[in-house]
Amino acid sequence: MAKQDDDIILNEYSNKEYEAGFVTDIETEVFEKGLNEDIIRRLSEKKGEPQFMLDFRLKAYRRWLEMEEPDWALLEYEKPDFQAISYYAAPKSAPKYNSLDEVDPELIKTFEKLGIPLNEQKALAGVAVDVVMDSVSVHTTFQETLKEKGIIFCSISEAIREHPDLVEKYLASVVPIGDNYYAALNSAVFSDGSFAYIPKGVRCPMELSTYFRINQGNTGQFERTLIIADEGSYVSYLEGCTAPQRDENQLHAAVVEIVVMKDAEVKYSTVQNWYPGDKNGKGGVYNFVTKRGICKGDNSKLSWTQVETGSAVTWKYPSTILKGDNSVGEFYSVAVTNNHQQADTGTKMIHIGKNTKSTIISKGISLGHSNNSYRGLVKISANAENSRNFSQCDSLLIGDKCGAHTFPYIESENPTAIVEHEATTSKVSEDEVFYCNQRGLDTEQAVSLIVNGFAKEVLNQLPMEFAVEAQKLLALTLEGSVG
Amino acid sequence: MSKTLIKIENLHASIEGKEILKGINLEIKEGEVHAIMGPNGSGKSTLSAVLAGRDIYEVTEGKVTFNGKNLLELAPEERSREGIFLAFQYPVEIKGVSIVNFMKAALEQHREHKGLEPLSPAEFLKLMKEKKELVEIDSKLTNRAVNEGFSGGEKKKNEVFQMAMLDPKLAILDETDSGLDIDALRIVANGVNKLRNEHNGFMVITHYQRLLDYIVPDVVHVLYDGRIVKTGGKELAFELEEKGYDWIKQEVEA
Ligand SMILES: Nc1ncnc2c1ncn2[C@@H]1O[C@H](COP(=O)(O)OP(=O)(O)OP(=O)(O)O)[C@@H](O)[C@H]1O
Ligand SMILES: [Mg+2]
Repeated sequence: MAKQDDDIILNEYSNKEYEAGFVTDIETEVFEKGLNEDIIRRLSEKKGEPQFMLDFRLKAYRRWLEMEEPDWALLEYEKPDFQAISYYAAPKSAPKYNSLDEVDPELIKTFEKLGIPLNEQKALAGVAVDVVMDSVSVHTTFQETLKEKGIIFCSISEAIREHPDLVEKYLASVVPIGDNYYAALNSAVFSDGSFAYIPKGVRCPMELSTYFRINQGNTGQFERTLIIADEGSYVSYLEGCTAPQRDENQLHAAVVEIVVMKDAEVKYSTVQNWYPGDKNGKGGVYNFVTKRGICKGDNSKLSWTQVETGSAVTWKYPSTILKGDNSVGEFYSVAVTNNHQQADTGTKMIHIGKNTKSTIISKGISLGHSNNSYRGLVKISANAENSRNFSQCDSLLIGDKCGAHTFPYIESENPTAIVEHEATTSKVSEDEVFYCNQRGLDTEQAVSLIVNGFAKEVLNQLPMEFAVEAQKLLALTLEGSVG
Repeated sequence: MSKTLIKIENLHASIEGKEILKGINLEIKEGEVHAIMGPNGSGKSTLSAVLAGRDIYEVTEGKVTFNGKNLLELAPEERSREGIFLAFQYPVEIKGVSIVNFMKAALEQHREHKGLEPLSPAEFLKLMKEKKELVEIDSKLTNRAVNEGFSGGEKKKNEVFQMAMLDPKLAILDETDSGLDIDALRIVANGVNKLRNEHNGFMVITHYQRLLDYIVPDVVHVLYDGRIVKTGGKELAFELEEKGYDWIKQEVEA
């Protein structure tokens, strides 16, 4: 415990300011706007994909055409115009680099401004970074170490070319192409993303980390991530992103699929900071993400941790299907909404196997005029003997113009199951703020500290360096909004 | 002749239109310890809160000069950085925020105010260790969240620890002795005595003469109905312990 505190301090001192909201000037090749079968064929061809991928995309596209955009009661936004989006943007030549010296200095500058640890120091610290910038993977580190263990960690485009069997077997095995409107669209046009495969019995020796970033104006981002943890393996995967300030809305519709085999464990952590728009909500990112994992084998475990501070509109429910007996699902989430941000997030825990266990800890923080909704579904199917769920949903309100809503849905078809739900709503109290003031902290710092304390249970789940970054992000989000 | 640390002149303060402080005059010089005693509800905590800048109290009249500055113009956090520390009568819990992080954040502000660089992690941890030893507080406590689930006595100890960390010019201790067992009382008092020097001052609010056996005051004031009605040496505390407040009330009302 004392050790951890020391580490936090050491880390905090050595971390730099975190800033987003700028555009990098790198030459890019961009498709004209619009979406049709021809665009999809060209996209697939450009990426050098095998036939099965093109068929997959076209099938998804045709499904998508028949689907309707979902209408969520608590989200209000202008529907994106899918014909006004360009579906492909790649740095002009997208070579793989052997050393950072070879990388475009503009790109490095961007990473530095973001505080992205794409540098040798960080790599030495044990982070392999697969950076997805404008849809094409530019840099991959630590491939060698991973290779020794038989771990595959690369862009999904590369995986499609190099490991087509794995991709064909598992892609859309957790999120079927017709799962929902945005998942179908993603399946049709996904540009890039990450792929990880951990072989049987292998413990991945480092955090696998991907930093996403929208860089090209008006380029929709359709990232696709596929993670497969084979029997008895373990991996901790980090996803983080920031976006530069924009006038137009940017759509982000990612799909993440995770397959966890018998006795395997996957920890998936996200720090999400898409541009939320200005004070009036103009120009922010729309974030419609489908994230789903399956605990396929017995005794498997999947843990989601997310810190969400960005986006104008967020619609996101990382879900876990607990299929194997004794499998465990966890969901830890902090979602902050400010100004006119709207977040509708939560999780689904689908208990199918016997003795399956799930834990949900959700912390919602609302400021300004924002609305923060938690929507959680816990489903216990008839065969899920002795399954258990515990859900804790806490909301913290800052100011009196914001709202927090909690919608727990519980469907239990098995009488031996135990499902517990607790919810609280609190406000930052004046006494707490004054106590901090009296110690020399101004009100903004005080609120930031109190918010971090409120979110502690979740932040504690993050790997150390991510936790520090997340704390800064929370502080940044609160800036200028209290007092 | 030592310098004046704080000078309170004819201070009036009210809450929701009800006057609580009715003209306080008090001057503390560097190196002095002043004890403030007085019956429940007489305004002791109100005085300390007003000095710390709690904005629910409205100052209707009077002047406070601290370190040559007009104190009443400063925001609460500025008063803290200038060197006013209040050990609260009822410290609040700040859930999930470890004392380590809390103190680090506070100290950084204090140092920045003085134009100093933040301490390096190693220096900070060394300071923590030093101060923990000074007030004999256990790491088990300082590794926990601020006051979360602390016993009454532990909260008071934590206040003294924070005071030691921030090393204020003027420390206001609002009944820091209540809720402490005999050992803790001795430890806390020793901590205060070790911090005491010719450049700082203490305002010690207490109901019990007992504390003043350990922290020997230079001056004892009696606050009654929003006014300081009697001032004396440490023997005044003995007199109060023995006779209670009735004779003072009678004197005042006479
Ligand atoms: N927030 C408030 N709202 C209403 N009345 C208040 C408030 N704060 C203080 N008072 C009143 O002001 C008077 C002085 O209170 P204060 O807490 O300063 O007394 P005290 O001398 O510290 O008493 P004690 O010895 O019991 O701690 C009391 O009558 C109290 O009820
Ligand atoms: Mg009091």
